[in-house]
Amino acid sequence: MLLTTNEIRIKGEKLNELPQDLYIPPDALEVYLESFEGPLDLLLYLIRKHNLDILDIPMANLTRQYMEYVEKMRAIKLELAADYLLMSAMLIEIKSRMLLPKPAELTEEDDPRAELVRRLMEYEAIKLAAQRLDEMPKVDEGVYVASAYYHHISQAKPPEVTLDDLAEAWRNVLKRASHFKHYKIGRAELSVREHMSIILRRLKQDRLVEFTQLFDVKNDGIPKLVVCFLAILELCREGLLRITQQAAFSPIYVQINSED
Amino acid sequence: MNETSSVHELKNVLEAALLTAHEPLSLDDMQRLFVDKIERATLRMLLDELKQDWAERTMELVQVASGYRFQAKPEYANFLARLNPERQGKYSRAVMETLAIIAYRQPVTRGDIEEIRGVAVNPNVMRQLQERDWIDVVGQREVPGRPSLYATTKHFLDDLNLKSLSDLPPIEDFTQQGMPT
Repeated sequence: MLLTTNEIRIKGEKLNELPQDLYIPPDALEVYLESFEGPLDLLLYLIRKHNLDILDIPMANLTRQYMEYVEKMRAIKLELAADYLLMSAMLIEIKSRMLLPKPAELTEEDDPRAELVRRLMEYEAIKLAAQRLDEMPKVDEGVYVASAYYHHISQAKPPEVTLDDLAEAWRNVLKRASHFKHYKIGRAELSVREHMSIILRRLKQDRLVEFTQLFDVKNDGIPKLVVCFLAILELCREGLLRITQQAAFSPIYVQINSED
Repeated sequence: MNETSSVHELKNVLEAALLTAHEPLSLDDMQRLFVDKIERATLRMLLDELKQDWAERTMELVQVASGYRFQAKPEYANFLARLNPERQGKYSRAVMETLAIIAYRQPVTRGDIEEIRGVAVNPNVMRQLQERDWIDVVGQREVPGRPSLYATTKHFLDDLNLKSLSDLPPIEDFTQQGMPT
């Protein structure tokens, strides 16, 4: 059966069949019209419903029915698609050309309906093909594709390393380390401020410390000793330390410069 | 280097690859599985054997547009469908008719589609089909405005379980059907 009716619901009630005649309940018209995919679809419906011969369409009959539809649509001020109006014009034109006196021998090409019939048949084929495509099983909808899990391991080949590469890498490490060393002395590792705090804390505890006692010559490297010395000078400059010496070459003492 | 000594081994590798692949595998893909060059004819022969091996099992090896894949035999579809009861939304008639026109009449322009359907093409319809990767633009028609020419993709054929467009039900089946003779 060609005319598979789309499922149409009007106020919740399913309409199993398209109406038998042209009467359509006014509130259903909009829904009804939406079930058609355009003028060709509507024409096909009329042709099939009334068992008209598509190869010998009674134009007067079909045009009248089509126009009745269109008029009904207009009557309820439905936004009427231009496509429907265009088709009206085409039908009327064909109908009037049919009324003209015919040449003695009417070939198929002369038939004013030929183009319409061709379009109707093509549309009908596409409409049926579309239904078939819709019904065909599709992936995840009737077709289920295997996709077993496997633990993916990267197939990237590990690069080869020679002894020379290794030596070169080590040299680079050393080179970079020397840059870092320079950097760290000044700022991070040995901060003058930090040593100022250390010295102040020491003096707070021991009150009076001999200058040389502030330096751990055995354990600290030269950079650290220098920073320590700078810290003492800085503390002195800020007036936080008092440095005293009784006589030349006698021990130098460092203490916190108390206010009293 | 000879990592795969026997035909049996080769076949096992192919089987493992086909079962785990998320997309159909082409012969080129399958050649990349092996260090040694395997002739395409050999691969085809192995695939045939593999198909035979699975004949009594639940999965079947099928060929679609972009290659080979294992899929459940149709008799299990009804059961498997229940795993994901959330059915994919149905496409509107406008979408399916547009798809049918592109499938059967490609390459076509929007104008061609409008001519056949008798109504304007809703841009949304084209977008839905393009997002599904079922159609794409394959060129422009050399007429004023240079309209885009649309065609169906390999992915469309894969999804519909088809090897090529010629596997589509012939349009002639629909043209004379129900026509008064």
